[in-house]
Amino acid sequence: MIPEIGHFALILAAMLAIAQSGVPLWGAQRGDSRLMGVAAPLAMAGFVAIAISFAALMWAYAVNDTTVVNVVANSHSAKPMLFKLTGTWGNHEGSMILWVMVLAGCSAAVAGFGRDLPSALQARVLGVLGLISLGFLAFILMTSNPFDRVWPPPPDGQGLNPLLQDIGLAIHPPLLYLGYVGYAVTFAFAVAALIEGRVDAAWGRWVRPWSLAAWSFLTMGISIGSWWAYYELGWGGYWFWDPVENASLLPWLAGTALLHSAIVVEKREALKVWTVLLALLAFALSLLGTFLVRSGVLNSVHSFASDPARGIFILCLLGIYVAGAFALFAWRAPSMAPAGVFSPISREGGIVLNNLLLCSITAVVFVGTLYPLFLDLLTGQMISVGAPFFNSATAPLALPLVMGMAVGPMLAWKRAALWPVLQRLWWAACMAMLAFILTLTLAGWHVLSALGFACAFWLICGAATDIADRSGVGRTSLGNAWNRARNLPRAAWGAAIAHAGMGVTILGVAGMGLATEKLVAVPPGGSTQFAGYEWRLEGVRDFMGPNFTARKATITVLRDGQVVHVMEPSKRYFPIGGMTTTEAAIRTSPARDLYAVLGEERPNEAGVAEAVLRLHDNPLAPWIWIGAGIMSLGAGLSLTDRRIRIAAPARRRKETEAEATA
Amino acid sequence: MTRKKRRLYILLLCGIGLGSATALTLTAFQDNLVFFRSPSDIARETPPAGRAFRLGGLVEEGSVQRQGEHEGRPAIHFRVTDGANTVPVVFAGVLPDLFREGQGVVTQGMMGPDGVFRAREVLARHDETYMPPEVADALKRSGHWNPAQGAAPAPATWNTLDPARPAAPAATPLPRSGT
Repeated sequence: MIPEIGHFALILAAMLAIAQSGVPLWGAQRGDSRLMGVAAPLAMAGFVAIAISFAALMWAYAVNDTTVVNVVANSHSAKPMLFKLTGTWGNHEGSMILWVMVLAGCSAAVAGFGRDLPSALQARVLGVLGLISLGFLAFILMTSNPFDRVWPPPPDGQGLNPLLQDIGLAIHPPLLYLGYVGYAVTFAFAVAALIEGRVDAAWGRWVRPWSLAAWSFLTMGISIGSWWAYYELGWGGYWFWDPVENASLLPWLAGTALLHSAIVVEKREALKVWTVLLALLAFALSLLGTFLVRSGVLNSVHSFASDPARGIFILCLLGIYVAGAFALFAWRAPSMAPAGVFSPISREGGIVLNNLLLCSITAVVFVGTLYPLFLDLLTGQMISVGAPFFNSATAPLALPLVMGMAVGPMLAWKRAALWPVLQRLWWAACMAMLAFILTLTLAGWHVLSALGFACAFWLICGAATDIADRSGVGRTSLGNAWNRARNLPRAAWGAAIAHAGMGVTILGVAGMGLATEKLVAVPPGGSTQFAGYEWRLEGVRDFMGPNFTARKATITVLRDGQVVHVMEPSKRYFPIGGMTTTEAAIRTSPARDLYAVLGEERPNEAGVAEAVLRLHDNPLAPWIWIGAGIMSLGAGLSLTDRRIRIAAPARRRKETEAEATA
Repeated sequence: MTRKKRRLYILLLCGIGLGSATALTLTAFQDNLVFFRSPSDIARETPPAGRAFRLGGLVEEGSVQRQGEHEGRPAIHFRVTDGANTVPVVFAGVLPDLFREGQGVVTQGMMGPDGVFRAREVLARHDETYMPPEVADALKRSGHWNPAQGAAPAPATWNTLDPARPAAPAATPLPRSGT
């Protein structure tokens, strides 16, 4: 009964989406305030309907309802409750419902928080969001209905891929979807602006918080995914340039460019057409990511099933939305006149450079990700493009980007002088040089890592200089500077923190460039020297988990005969589904991660069973994810800025409208 | 600055950006494209030395030997087959969890002078039922398996397999190369 309610609610949501995509757009075109007024209640109702549907599916998972095909295929009664619930979106159908629920939530937020928006703009934005929602609801109902029943019900389900039975599944997809779908909102704003043929500072003021929020969530989603892969897959790496990872990186890159150019629209009313284009691009790349991951074109832990019908459906949706939006862009964009004029050396100029480099990196990653697919499709030749390609093609573009990141925020708007800014940054440059030389002397000839450390210090010191400069350190008394620092706009703090966070991430990445690894076969009681520690294998024993059995090794890590850590890497065997997974043991400290993986056990010449161990020493690894956290924190802080909270020009315009009608 | 001049600047900048991105992509492609080869491809033409490629096929039944060392690390020897031809592989590392005899595998590495493929990595699969598309394609091309007829047959039966029939019992031992 409950699954039927869920199914019904989903159909209801699709009907509401039809109304939401039709009525407000028509109303806005005719200037009919009653028709425009239905947009907000429809968006709210659509969200409620999808939430009911999602809750119904979750309930089916919670009680392990084996009459539902989706539950049978992806769950099992022996799973812990948390993984039963998170398993709701650990499959194709459920993850699509989560996707549309997040989208409907964003629509509802636009409806709820957007009361200050000009009503025609709000109606158009909600109409476009309804259109997107409708496409994906149709996709779910026609090709991937999660509420299909099976009769007679099998005794139990087939279980969830053990790799997904992890807390990472609870956090990573929802955050990532909030990011992807957040760009649906900026997309809708861009399309609405194209329909109206007008982009102004107020528009920029509305787009900026959405792009900030989406960027913040996407940053978190990607970094948590990377951290999850790091500890769960047991390869000892954090980023593999896997097509699925690239699929999430592409909208992030375009979104980062959008985030910056939206500032220019808001402050200076320049780069308007370009910002609209970036907003279209960011969502197009989000959709592309959804297509790559959901269609099963690519193999990874993310592709749950490959069904050509689904791939073609999403490809059609992608084609309709993207082609439609770009056609509208080509038709309307020329009518939008640029207003702000600026010299090449200015904050705007810096942001143009930032956009240019980010878009170039996006293009490189895009080509590297899709080229093998096209080549396979056109010639049938199988190739792959791996990490060496992406590293050597993106690093030369990333280097000037990072160098500009410290300078850009300190340039004045409209027209700036470069030399005084560089003078203020001399100590940051000294720190960067020092880091470069120190790395080369201490760690040997690792030029890329040394460059990475230099970039990291350049960014962190640059962000500190920016804040110090704005608060007048050195030009006024310290107490006065402190007061000024506290009263700086939160957006300034947010930007500095996010830039420093990028520096922290680069610090971790550079540290990981110095990572070392040792593969060794050790008999019980034997030991090996690695990374300045003695690693002693105490033994390997059997271990029982709730729905798995495991072989668990106990390794004592000693330094100078003193026990420092006890690590227990294991191999888990899940009888349901017959899968084995590797559980790496990780000891994190600020300076390094010690990482141990248990391989197979095999007899040596003497007939003693040895265990193969893979040991990693990952310097500064945790800072990769801490840095990403700092970046999204910076974005969050920027979101609480007074300007964004108050949204003054929109309100003022509404008042004048009210006066005009009164 | 006039609008015309600014537009010129922007166009110039975009040109530089696009140009450098294209140049970087092309040079990086030249060195870093990794081609896929099946054991039959390797038998037909020897792959260029010193260039990494991907080797895929089925892990031959009974070929996995976990002993000895390679470059000072505990090594694993196995053979990759597509039914028609076989390539011996040595890998010094921890095999992914879903590595099984008789199942599909994709490895990346270089061919050694002795005809043994030195795998630098054995690519992990995330799902028990997954067959890498490259492997499925290699098996189809060697004429030993039609995926429409069901799951891949046991590798021991491969060299006597008639592509028209779904499965046949083993009669003669597998062709061996490089041993």
